[in-house]
Amino acid sequence: MTDLSRRRLIKAGLAAATGFAGLGVAAGLAKNYGLIPPDHGGIWGAGETLNYASYRLLTNHSMAREFSRSEISTKPLANEIPPLSDAFKKLQAGGFADWRLTVDGMVDRPGMFSLEQLKSYPSRSQITQLACEEGWSYVAEWTGVPLAHVLEVAGIKRQAKYVVYFSIDPEWWDSIDMGDALHPQTYLAYGMNGGDLPVGNGGPLRMRVPRQLGYKSVKFITRLAVTDDLRKFGKGLGSASPEGGYAWFAGI
Amino acid sequence: MGVMQSAPEELVPVPAPHSPSTAQPPRHTALVRATHWIIALSFLALLLSGIEIVISHPRFYWGENGNVLTPVLFKLPIPSSRSLVPTGYGYVLPDQNGWSRYLHFQSAWLVVLTGLVYVAAGFVSGHFRKDLLPSGEDASWRALWRTIASHLRFERPSAAEASSYNVLQRLTYLFVIFALFPLVIWTGLAMSPAFTSAFPASVTLLGGRQSARTIHFFVAMSLLLFLLVHVGMVWFAGFRSRTRSMITGRIEGPLEDA
Repeated sequence: MTDLSRRRLIKAGLAAATGFAGLGVAAGLAKNYGLIPPDHGGIWGAGETLNYASYRLLTNHSMAREFSRSEISTKPLANEIPPLSDAFKKLQAGGFADWRLTVDGMVDRPGMFSLEQLKSYPSRSQITQLACEEGWSYVAEWTGVPLAHVLEVAGIKRQAKYVVYFSIDPEWWDSIDMGDALHPQTYLAYGMNGGDLPVGNGGPLRMRVPRQLGYKSVKFITRLAVTDDLRKFGKGLGSASPEGGYAWFAGI
Repeated sequence: MGVMQSAPEELVPVPAPHSPSTAQPPRHTALVRATHWIIALSFLALLLSGIEIVISHPRFYWGENGNVLTPVLFKLPIPSSRSLVPTGYGYVLPDQNGWSRYLHFQSAWLVVLTGLVYVAAGFVSGHFRKDLLPSGEDASWRALWRTIASHLRFERPSAAEASSYNVLQRLTYLFVIFALFPLVIWTGLAMSPAFTSAFPASVTLLGGRQSARTIHFFVAMSLLLFLLVHVGMVWFAGFRSRTRSMITGRIEGPLEDA
């Protein structure tokens, strides 16, 4: 080996070591600042992590676009919903009087909330767009209680990092980080366009996360679990979506 | 990439016997070659995944909103991967949107980051000014019409044109780099509810989410048209030698590479 090639080899080695160390430091920082999504592993991890980290850095205080009343869609597409279970139909027959939202996990006061209780909390409305990952969209007025209020009532513990939310359909659950959970536009919605939230659109209770695509706004919510570790749920990817091949972060 | 050139062997000036061919400036710099192929592969991935995503809703609208209950601007005569979409076909294709969306955004990041390196280096090195901006006699309507007429007659270019771009190529490349790519990235981001929450003007300037989606589709189709013409011209000019020059940087045959 000549001197020249040895020198080049040493230089390349040093450059590579510096590069890896830099990547290591960046990964450590990203983890500390909560920039790593739960589905960061595998071949799509790089793109997914860049998407989610950009979201966390760019949009911490941003608000989803709101529309005027005249821009509300006359055709708020209900989309396909899974076949309703007998348990759901029974609750529906009773006017959802027995519908309960369970709140557990890292909270000081775990408990159950009826729709009546949720509606007794300060109600908020927003006219926002629901955009599906397939490409279609509609604008509706959503009425509900900000998720932040319910979390305040339950008293989230300091180390909590995510809120996991479950549909009555066991195949359908998702999670958001605390930034989204405490965001003023994140609602537990029970009303749409001035009436009760129709079953097709997720009634009686639907999560609304308007800074993300429609599949993050899970229908028929029956349980919230506050946690600091998404690996405890399902396959550990943060939601049912990555288990079905879809990204956990749905802001794009 | 050079187009409309005859076989390279006749065109390349014969190097002086004492000077090794590697001393010649390369036809394409290493940075242009590397970014060209990264972007080429990423664009193919974006095209494939983009088509896959469109299949889940092959209907297009104008304005803010649109769905299967609203009138369309136009629809593609293809089957869909969603049963709710009326297509006239009696079957529903399997849903491939999960990996398609992952692939689309991962490739988009690669195009954006690589494109930024290419554009920054292009300004610093003078690549745009020297190689792509029409200059001197070239920067005239007469030169443009002459080039177009020569293309329409399928004329072989002169030997002098072998090592640089003609005015039509220059304008096309500049349009792709500074108009189509920025526009396809912009309209893509304008469909992101997270991005538009931080930058609402990105979508309102386009007239709404569905307008952004429709423009995104047409710009992507324009890029596909560019790709087809580009590859066609490369084929016409000598596919092997042109592709080799974009890989090795040299116009010469492999013998000279030793």
